[in-house]
Amino acid sequence: MAVFQELKKGVLISLWFVFLTFPVMVIKVDPIARTVTWRWMNALYMAVGTFIIYTLVQFFIKRRGRSKPASTQKEAGSSVIHRLLDNPRRRAMLFVVLAVAAIAFPQLLSSYQTNVMTTALMYVVLGLGLNIVVGLAGLLDLGFVAFYAVGAYTYALLNHHFGLGFWTILPVGGLLAACFGILLGFPVLRLRGDYLAIVTLGFGEIIRLVLENWGEFSKGPSGISNIARPSLFGMELDLHGSIVFNYYLMVLFVIFTIFVVNRLQNSRLGRAWIALREDEIACQAMGIDKHRTKLVAFSLGAFWAGLMGVVFAGKTTFVNPASFTFMESAIILAIVVLGGMGSIVGVILGALILILMPEYLRGLSQYRMLAFGAILVCMMIFRPQGLIANIRRTYVYKKTPNDAQAS
Amino acid sequence: MDYFIELLFSGLTRGSIYALIALGYTMVYGIIGLINFAHGEIYMIGAFTAFIVATVLSIYGFPLLAIVIIAGVAAVVWAASYGYTIEKIAYKPLRHAPRLSPLISAIGMSIFLQNYVLLAQTSDFLPFPRLIRDFPFMEPIAHIIGSTDLVILVTTVVVMVILTLIIKFSMIGKAMRATSQDRTMATLVGINVNRVISMTFIIGSSLAAIGGLLIASHIGQINFYIGFLAGIKAFTAAVLGGIGSVPGAVLGSMILGLTESFATGYVSSDYEDVFAFSLLVLILIFKPSGLLGKATNQKV
Repeated sequence: MAVFQELKKGVLISLWFVFLTFPVMVIKVDPIARTVTWRWMNALYMAVGTFIIYTLVQFFIKRRGRSKPASTQKEAGSSVIHRLLDNPRRRAMLFVVLAVAAIAFPQLLSSYQTNVMTTALMYVVLGLGLNIVVGLAGLLDLGFVAFYAVGAYTYALLNHHFGLGFWTILPVGGLLAACFGILLGFPVLRLRGDYLAIVTLGFGEIIRLVLENWGEFSKGPSGISNIARPSLFGMELDLHGSIVFNYYLMVLFVIFTIFVVNRLQNSRLGRAWIALREDEIACQAMGIDKHRTKLVAFSLGAFWAGLMGVVFAGKTTFVNPASFTFMESAIILAIVVLGGMGSIVGVILGALILILMPEYLRGLSQYRMLAFGAILVCMMIFRPQGLIANIRRTYVYKKTPNDAQAS
Repeated sequence: MDYFIELLFSGLTRGSIYALIALGYTMVYGIIGLINFAHGEIYMIGAFTAFIVATVLSIYGFPLLAIVIIAGVAAVVWAASYGYTIEKIAYKPLRHAPRLSPLISAIGMSIFLQNYVLLAQTSDFLPFPRLIRDFPFMEPIAHIIGSTDLVILVTTVVVMVILTLIIKFSMIGKAMRATSQDRTMATLVGINVNRVISMTFIIGSSLAAIGGLLIASHIGQINFYIGFLAGIKAFTAAVLGGIGSVPGAVLGSMILGLTESFATGYVSSDYEDVFAFSLLVLILIFKPSGLLGKATNQKV
């Protein structure tokens, strides 16, 4: 009887979705040729698809409910990577394997693959940068791409007008983006989480619209082309050489970023961020300067975006405002959310999955943004901690012989 | 002077559309304290449904009045269904989650819906059929205020009056106000909070659909991306008036519409959107509670 009830509910829900998606999915009109195409098959796919998804979701919810007491066991299983990282010898082995793979990658595979990997690594750094703001400090920043744009345009404009090189601009772009971060952060500090999200979104759009409309400054929508590629100690590289060079550059960047973010996370500042994320008032009561801590988070996050902007401009040799839409911010946010907010390994994994997967599943790449949207929703509902949850460092009190004597 | 009056009416028309969308934001925020990021997309889907239905009917040769009514009803029904379903899928499971979770979920929903329409339909701009013909009696003042503007203004006023009556006097309106004041207390006095929240989404989405239908026939073209900008602007209007306050949303929308209209008319049209975004940032910095909103103090 219960099965029948479930079945009935599933059928009703599929019918509801068929109704819901009917005008958009089934009917397709051509207003100029004045023809109507009825795509009835889509309604059928919709019905079957919804029914299957509903059944799966019900199944998983049931199973999760049944195995509630054993959830600790499940928790342990999901943190295989953490256990791997906790054991020093395994960790060393893992690092060696990764290092060899990273070094060998451009030698073994084509420059196209290397280029794709470079892009993925850029998103790793961007994700780690946003992770400081969203994951650690809990400030939802939807205009992250603005800082990326600041970095890219800094290099593009300074290179175009004054012929300055990549290495000179790299710190300048980062610092300028950090300044923009402070500039934006300063007035919005008083705002609560959701307002903050909208203001940062507005800020990101303002930067993009200004770049688009202020033609004398940024050359408008046509963008700036012929930006110099990064050079290696003054050597000019050919196309393949520069792709490989960009790749190694990004590997170094990723290592540097991981190092810095990891150190930050366990520093006084990092713990202040986490405290701020968990409870603002309690955090203030503990004597943490709320405004300063938030500003530092904002500017540090923006700094990485700025650096990546410079790298992006150097890599593609062309920038225009279309590269810095809200969708870009959404992709970076999806990386952080999928990977696990606050978790470094998670963000790296998230970036690699989200950037490499559409690249290799070309046929599915048009569904990329659809999937990103669905990921954001599903992760929030089913696994808010992300693929690899951040494990807060715990300090265990070890009994020393002195203590034993005292007691 | 004519130019001034023309801009005035164009501003009021814009403002009315923003108001129809902004009400959805403000009502949802008032009740569950969530910025419904996908609301702009509901407006877009309303407009799209109206476009599809109206085009199909006009191809099959229905009379204009029938097209207007059927397309309008279809837009409202489908937008309301989307609003209801979105709430059930993306927000209801997160009702007790940390504040950021539903917001991220809403952003995901918004991206999802945009791309859903993009993939199922097209990314091109589509010409929206002209649903509102020029009235003969408007002939003498047609250079100042068009027939479409008049229809938009009148529809908005009628809708506002109905909405006010619903909120003030109907059972569900009273339940809504009670829920927005104190959700726990509302549950205690026997209000079905889940139903109230669903109704709020349905009403808000219907208003957005009406806005979508009106603006699409006013501008004459739509695509999948119209919801983003309209959503942000309506949100700006809602915040300007004080989010959570229904008269505030209308007031804020009118102010935003008028300033935009005058700014584009007298200054420059290039920075129209920059202007709206800057206004949003400035309000949130200097008066986050808005014009008619109540400042809330966080208690421990």
